[in-house]
Amino acid sequence: MHPVRKQRLFLVIALVVVSSAVIGLSVYSMRNYADFFYPVSKIVAGEAPLHKSIRAGGCVVPGTILSAKDRLHTEFVITDGAERLKVEYDGLLPDIFGEGEAAVVTGKLNDQGVLVASQVLAKHDENYVPPEVAESMTDTERHNEACKGMNYGS
Amino acid sequence: MAWQWFHRLGSPKWFYEKTTAWLPWLGFISITLILLGSIWGLAFGPAEAKQGNSARIIYIHVPAAVLAMAGYYVMAISGAIGLIWRMKLSFMVMKAAAPIGAVLTFLALFTGAVWGKPTWGAWWVWDGRITSMVVLFLLYLGIVALQEAYQNQDTADKISSVLALVGMVNIPIIYKSVDWWYTLHQPATLKLTEKSSIDPSMGYPLLLMILAFYIFYAWVLLLRTRVEILKREQKTNWVQEIVAKG
Repeated sequence: MHPVRKQRLFLVIALVVVSSAVIGLSVYSMRNYADFFYPVSKIVAGEAPLHKSIRAGGCVVPGTILSAKDRLHTEFVITDGAERLKVEYDGLLPDIFGEGEAAVVTGKLNDQGVLVASQVLAKHDENYVPPEVAESMTDTERHNEACKGMNYGS
Repeated sequence: MAWQWFHRLGSPKWFYEKTTAWLPWLGFISITLILLGSIWGLAFGPAEAKQGNSARIIYIHVPAAVLAMAGYYVMAISGAIGLIWRMKLSFMVMKAAAPIGAVLTFLALFTGAVWGKPTWGAWWVWDGRITSMVVLFLLYLGIVALQEAYQNQDTADKISSVLALVGMVNIPIIYKSVDWWYTLHQPATLKLTEKSSIDPSMGYPLLLMILAFYIFYAWVLLLRTRVEILKREQKTNWVQEIVAKG
């Protein structure tokens, strides 16, 4: 290789390495702000602010979904396997929201530690299964990948 | 010598003449595969158990996103070759790749939004994956804009190559965003090292569509590069001859 070209090759490599390092370190330092939601444990541990709009992510604990009959009001509990958080929501739920499914809830924590939600999003997992295969699966297998094998306590 | 083939590749005339015969093949194969894959995925493949028919958008969404990211490497590496070897053709490929990548990135974002509304309950969220894809879209637009911003083509090529190379770090960030951070977007379904978490009845049409998009990308990139060659070499005899022939 011609020495001038070799020199330019090193310059290009240096450009990529240095800029990647700068951007990579910036992204690394922002890692705590780049999360879309708080896991439930962090909220229960008091890391999330009260009365401010935050997002919480977790799996909907089976058997905890309570819907009011006379109005649009739902209560449920989400968990990350370690801690639990109660959610209240007056609004429409997405189609794939359900027991054992992952959900991301936007809302404000009140003094009782209940998340009063303004929006509930369902998180789909990476599994793509046709309906006939899904029917032959057991209840736990059918749950969201992120919620599989989770200890829901009693 | 060893580098001869490489230097010959730098001749726009050689490249233009060589690729003329490839175009109809690439066009025919890619359109056929896209039609086959779409019909397979949309009409014969199953619906997804939880999402229903809206899951079928992966046959466009995933290939568009894959090529948006792979196309960025094409663009950045072409820019690097142009910078190092001062190869005119390489810069032309870089310029040609930018708008294609922008369109593919937009397509991935758009199809994702259409799918997100019924699945997540929101058509747009600023999570790690979506935000880094927006950055990719802006990088592509930046290259397009820089190419138009300079009177001197040589300056435009060098500056846009530098931007393309600096932005290259975004590609692994997009790829790993779903693993590094809590995101609403799901992790990768197609995996290289372990079993993919998609049923084969949906996985095969998806792989076919990804292959089709790769060939389609090559076709469009060639077409755009050839236009760029004619534009930049318009004063040369061989281009004038082509124009004279009509």
